[in-house]
Amino acid sequence: MPVSYSQASDWIRAFAATVAENKVYLTELDSAIGDADHGINMNRGMQAVVAKIDGMSGPDIGALLKTVGMTLVSTVGGAGGPLYGTLFLQMGTSAAGKSELSADDWAAALAAGVAGVQSRGKAELNDKTMIDALAPAVAALQAALADGSTFDDALRRSAEAAEGGMKATIPLVARKGRASYLGERSAGHQDPGATSSWLLVLGAAEAFTGQQAGN
Amino acid sequence: MKKLINDPADVVKEALQGIAAAHSDRLRVLTEPNNIVRADSPVQGKVALVSGGGSGHEPMHGGFVGMGMLDAACPGEVFTSPTPDQMLAATQAVDGGAGVLHIVKNYTGDVLNFEMAADLARAEGIEVEAVVIDDDVAVKDSLYTAGRRGVGATVLAEKICGAAAEQRRPLAEVAELCRTVNANSRSMGMALTSCTVPAAGKPTFELGATEMEIGIGIHGEPGRRRMEVASAHDVVGLLATPIVEDLPFSAGDKVLAFVNSMGGTPLIELYVVYNELNHFLADRGIEISRNLIGPFITSLEMQGCSITLLKLDDELTALWDAPVNTPGLRWGA
Repeated sequence: MPVSYSQASDWIRAFAATVAENKVYLTELDSAIGDADHGINMNRGMQAVVAKIDGMSGPDIGALLKTVGMTLVSTVGGAGGPLYGTLFLQMGTSAAGKSELSADDWAAALAAGVAGVQSRGKAELNDKTMIDALAPAVAALQAALADGSTFDDALRRSAEAAEGGMKATIPLVARKGRASYLGERSAGHQDPGATSSWLLVLGAAEAFTGQQAGN
Repeated sequence: MKKLINDPADVVKEALQGIAAAHSDRLRVLTEPNNIVRADSPVQGKVALVSGGGSGHEPMHGGFVGMGMLDAACPGEVFTSPTPDQMLAATQAVDGGAGVLHIVKNYTGDVLNFEMAADLARAEGIEVEAVVIDDDVAVKDSLYTAGRRGVGATVLAEKICGAAAEQRRPLAEVAELCRTVNANSRSMGMALTSCTVPAAGKPTFELGATEMEIGIGIHGEPGRRRMEVASAHDVVGLLATPIVEDLPFSAGDKVLAFVNSMGGTPLIELYVVYNELNHFLADRGIEISRNLIGPFITSLEMQGCSITLLKLDDELTALWDAPVNTPGLRWGA
């Protein structure tokens, strides 16, 4: 079953709720290796996003995602604003004009978003950033669809890959962002950006498969 | 936390209102989004200079808006980068048709937000160049880090490039001059105490009563080493040696010596530091031909100082001496 406008909107709202619940946790992760504002900044941005999309009724999923991106860019600040903003803006461009997303559409949109983050932040895998959760999520999604898995299975495998990538950041030495100033001292801590990115991918799996289970 | 504030959430907004009330002769404060712009902007035919960053470093950047320096400053929350929409609004407000130079301190957030802002401004048809300042020798520059932080050289670049823009030099030339200032500047800072971000309510880091941190960043980022407090003589050696060795500065060089307070260190101590620096450089045959001493790029109430050296030539010296009239720096006008 394709992703509908309301499922996409539910995914964004669920992510906002998850960020609010994990605001302190994300900020604590950031205080260990960054500047202790990731949860606070993301929560400010996602609350603004929810207020903005409340007034939208669709059906263009691309327009929805672009609005999310522009709102994050203008409210989050720090590095998270342009990176998450770019993720959603590029997903929105990929999904422009679509009122539902097939499995392949979703994979293409996520891949475009992650490519945008990579191009904006210039991070590679294992630099201890968002990319460590996002890139494996895209790869797992594409691999699952290529070997004939159902969309539900592909979404689950994508979320599992994001979780694995997030946990794999713990021993890494940061090579990007403020954490890189710590050098070896950044090892032993889970990356806050990879953590919020895992929550985003997990949220998509829950929002998109949950609806389908009832159909 | 003891601070002269009303509500931590209102510190930036109320400080901007104070700046507007105090300096309306030279600048205007815009809201939604927050920006500080020259009162007479846009200046037609002049390259416009825009800088910005987290608040908490006053007078940088808002205090450097005015004739001979910045056209606009974008203030973020305390120690948090401003946003691209804010930078775009500032860029549009001051563009006088000759293009806009973004002067960006090298922090991941500042760089990413200014890159997005430059993309947006170019899409609007405004010519934008960006120069990233990265003069802090406390951070090892490598492919595997975010690179050196931008600190004291930012103030010097804003002054010198501002003077060049007043002479109606073209954008490419002003940008190249900015890169020259950055390439010939090196800095390092130290802290005797931490600072407290109002919204956080507690010190950014812990420093023992008899400890100091050498190589501190202007947001309290960790430095090279933590050690027992030493004399001003020894501190100057710890800061100036890596600075001089890095560029390197050598005998016969003329420099601008900038001794900066992190916010909580009084002028009398800065002069003690300057005296030590003068001897340190004289011993190496390096001549201080210009100086700047005071709180110009601060870190809230942190006690400590930073030293910046800029290798001068005749052109840079003349641009440094050119008139400037801003709330934070003023001479000749």
